[in-house]
Amino acid sequence: MSTTVGQQHPIRIYLQIWGLLFFLSTLSYLVDYFRIEGYLRWGLILALMLMKAGLIVGVFMHMKWERLALVYAILLPPLCLLVLVGLMAAEADYTFLTRGIFFK
Amino acid sequence: MGEPTPQHVKELALPSGWHGIVKDWSSDQEAFKVSWGKAMMWIFLLSDTFIFSCFLTSYMTVRISTTVPWPDPSKVFGLTIAGVDVPLLLIAIMTFILITSSGTMAMAVNFAYRRDRKRTALLMLATAILGASFVGMQALEWTKLIVHEGIRPWGNPLGAAQFGSCFFMITGFHGAHVTVGVIYLLTVASKVLRGHYEHSGNYQIVEIAGLYWHFVDLVWVFIFALFYLW
Repeated sequence: MSTTVGQQHPIRIYLQIWGLLFFLSTLSYLVDYFRIEGYLRWGLILALMLMKAGLIVGVFMHMKWERLALVYAILLPPLCLLVLVGLMAAEADYTFLTRGIFFK
Repeated sequence: MGEPTPQHVKELALPSGWHGIVKDWSSDQEAFKVSWGKAMMWIFLLSDTFIFSCFLTSYMTVRISTTVPWPDPSKVFGLTIAGVDVPLLLIAIMTFILITSSGTMAMAVNFAYRRDRKRTALLMLATAILGASFVGMQALEWTKLIVHEGIRPWGNPLGAAQFGSCFFMITGFHGAHVTVGVIYLLTVASKVLRGHYEHSGNYQIVEIAGLYWHFVDLVWVFIFALFYLW
């Protein structure tokens, strides 16, 4: 007798997500291919990246169907990284400006 | 919902001090209603998330702070096919290969729970082969960059010296993860095929291996966007 019930879902949903990931990857490749620049480029890259990440974590890794205790324990801690990214971006800007002054 | 346990009984049941700490952390305490194997894989993946994030954050830091222009990844990783320059072609192919392998892995999990051993093993084998071809293409890419473009971890002729160190560190660490994943998948697939899990009838190991594999794909999504496309 099986003691643990795992994640079982119809194959159709995996195939749909698979197709969707292909489509989103093609779009992000086209962003580069057509040389879109500036904020539009960065916005598109980040949006497509987050959509793909969401599909992989949500459906392929079954997070969508897990209990909230597990979902929050795994998905909330990485948000701390946003603080690190913010701090380091500010610090890197400062370093860049200082280098601009001293190495001309 | 029975009678509430009286306070003195509760205190008697729970030992204090060092013994209490061990007791509280071990015996039948259960926060996650999944098997321990799956919970531990998730916690490992969480820690791995922090490792890759540290690499990507340091890459961001050195890229912002350098005063030397950053080499254009679109050109560095482009291929020339029949005289036409196609930007980032090899990387795009690698991305599609990894997504495909994620798809076959997800289907392997499905067949594993149906206890279809042959299809499970075949799909896992397909996943491993796709993963191995990804690593092969990465080796090709590294060779091209090291031998033909002269890119080194400490400098390169195209621009900012930090480009090489970030590239080799990030893609190298990711490639190592893919390689380990291929070995992991082949091990589990051969056990499935030999009927190792028939006795317990519990095929969750395939789902757990799948979690690792999808994570490798997930990391690539971030590397592709932040390193290759930015």
